[in-house]
Amino acid sequence: MTRFRRTSGVLVGVLALLTAASACGGGSNQSSNNGSTSGPVTLTWWHNANTDPGLSFWQTVATNFHKSHPNITIDVVPMQNEQFNTKIPVALQSSNPPDVYQQWGGGQLATQVAAGKVLDITSDVKPWIGDLGSAVGNWQVNGKQYGIPYNLGVVGFWYNKDLFTKAGITSPPATWDDLLADVAKLKAAGIVPISIGGQDRWPDAFYWDYLAVRMCSKSVMTQAAKTYNLSDQCWVQAGQKVQQLLDAKPFQPGFLATPAQQGAGSSAGLIGNGRAAMELQGQWDVGVMNGLTADQKGIGASLGWFPFPSVDGGKGVQTAALGGGDGYSCSWKAPRQACAEFLQYLVSADVQKQWTALNVGLPTNSSATSSVSDPNLKSLIGVRNKVPYVQLYLDIAFSTSVGQALDDATANQFAGTANPQQVVKAITDAAANQ
Amino acid sequence: MRLVGSADPRREHLGAGSAADHADRTAIARRRRIRNGIETGLFVSPALALYLLFVVGPLIYAAYFSLYHWSGLGAAIDFVGLHNYVLAFQDDLFRASILHNFTIAALSIVFQLPLGLGAALLLNRRFPGRAALRLVFFAPYVLSEAIVAIIWLLMLQPDGLVDHFFRAVGLGGLIHLWLADLHIVLYTMFVVITWKYIGFGIILFLAGLQGIPGEVLEAASIDGANELQAIRHVTIPLLGPTIRIWGFLSIIGSFQLFDLIWLTTLGGPSGASSTMATYLIDHGFRRYQFGYGSAASVILFMISLVIAVLYQGILLRRDTEGAVTRMVA
Repeated sequence: MTRFRRTSGVLVGVLALLTAASACGGGSNQSSNNGSTSGPVTLTWWHNANTDPGLSFWQTVATNFHKSHPNITIDVVPMQNEQFNTKIPVALQSSNPPDVYQQWGGGQLATQVAAGKVLDITSDVKPWIGDLGSAVGNWQVNGKQYGIPYNLGVVGFWYNKDLFTKAGITSPPATWDDLLADVAKLKAAGIVPISIGGQDRWPDAFYWDYLAVRMCSKSVMTQAAKTYNLSDQCWVQAGQKVQQLLDAKPFQPGFLATPAQQGAGSSAGLIGNGRAAMELQGQWDVGVMNGLTADQKGIGASLGWFPFPSVDGGKGVQTAALGGGDGYSCSWKAPRQACAEFLQYLVSADVQKQWTALNVGLPTNSSATSSVSDPNLKSLIGVRNKVPYVQLYLDIAFSTSVGQALDDATANQFAGTANPQQVVKAITDAAANQ
Repeated sequence: MRLVGSADPRREHLGAGSAADHADRTAIARRRRIRNGIETGLFVSPALALYLLFVVGPLIYAAYFSLYHWSGLGAAIDFVGLHNYVLAFQDDLFRASILHNFTIAALSIVFQLPLGLGAALLLNRRFPGRAALRLVFFAPYVLSEAIVAIIWLLMLQPDGLVDHFFRAVGLGGLIHLWLADLHIVLYTMFVVITWKYIGFGIILFLAGLQGIPGEVLEAASIDGANELQAIRHVTIPLLGPTIRIWGFLSIIGSFQLFDLIWLTTLGGPSGASSTMATYLIDHGFRRYQFGYGSAASVILFMISLVIAVLYQGILLRRDTEGAVTRMVA
């Protein structure tokens, strides 16, 4: 579910090559073309819910699907999230890719599509894709549908209400200046204002992304994801706002080496254990931080959520959100009709309702949104459905090489080795060389 | 091989004789050579096949892909010549990574050699609890890199075990942000690397010490050498081959340093602890620049190769001449 959990991609990177190479030998995908499902077929399904509740849930889904579609067998392969980034390109390049696999959309999807590795399922999904709302746009390339989202969330501040009260803050900050003022108040009260997983780099980029959404008009944002033209002054201004925050020194000591999601000392763990007041993170953070506390409950009812503040003078949409989600694509080798039927089942109202009840994310199927029970996720879904637009995380919206360069460049600014101009230049250079 | 070579002892008894006999012998010699060759080939082929498949093959592939601008998906068709190499050498981070590798290699020799040698000399003496102490030194080497990285990551957190230790012994003033300070993180990692690999050096040195005959040391002491003199003039020179091999492994290990760094810092913050290996994995698998990553890997390979050849040629020459070459002849 969690989009990011890639820190220990280590050996995985190297192992992925070997695994993928050996996977070429043991095939599971007998059906070879995209015709109708006349004979029995097996779909190999790579998903990233390798722990419960997701693990057993997706297994049940696969079993139930086979019951109603006896001709289609699902071979479920749960995988650790970090492995996807390394395994997917190698697997898609092989002669035996998975049929259905985790897909985050955006520039990464576009890269895969350009190489001819993803099935165009536009016509198959036409009858039912309307149920999923505008979210499906991030899984399109040139107006064609190449994937289906089942989980879509927005990034915002998770905060500890008790610590805010202790510092004398009565309501969450609504503007950037409020946020800076609250940081000062929290510091004065001896509380770490903001925790951040600087080691992983992408949490740094959330700030830069969000400030770009605030400073840049929607049209500038939209064309940037296509042309990588960052000549508008608003991109540098976003970095200057980041610098403003950095100069206030709001983060925990040693934040440059703090992982985002591993251990009680991670940025999520600091919030979950009441050792920091807020963190800018995605919808998955509740699950992560609770899992990092002794009783698995985190700070319970003290946990609150507020949207990224507006910035005075910004040309962007001040209520827009940064977000993204999880989806699935069919690989070039998958039997198209069977694969599309399976995707339809995955995001059907029934399955989405059951999945929503797990409280691990926000469903895309509109008829399942009412099944959200966790109060924080409930408020999030309200925000998600109200915002004028959701900008896909820029490191996902951009092609992989440019997106990762963005993460690195913002991380350098956080480490004090790059200024706002250099961040923009690093991204533009990466785009020129991609 | 030896057995095959000295086969057919019956012929030896016949001695030199007629021309027919001579022809017979050359025929046998030829057959023997052929048979020898076939057998050698048969014995070597499994290892050779694996070597070709998993070492030479990927190497050639990497060299090939390094000439392309390639995202890892689809066919590599965008030929760019040596452009990836040019880019790599222009990149400040890559140059810094090379420097980090050389720094770690130099620090290893300067600090780990005396440390490992001293520990080996101590552990070579007889005293109660020696076996247990040897185990203590060697244990980190047996732990997997992943476990070591996690242990140290936790201990090095601000206000973690390391900081507590410093405070407990009254050195609280020396506490730094071990992993978050750009100027310190590489040296922090060097300490972790030393902790992890020193056991291997000690074991090598201990094995070398076992090979030093007691008579030599005895002779030295009879000649009036004290213990330090014996170590300086007898033990260390005789340990030379072991030390040189250790140095070789240590340098090559420093250049290929990856897992500990990746798991502890991801090469960060801001590239302050990145090595050539973390750099190439980062660009290959994280940025999907497989062509560029391949170029970086070829550069890493070339640097390692040059150092290995130079080291072999200059420092290990005496050792290898005595051992390997003689055996083949």
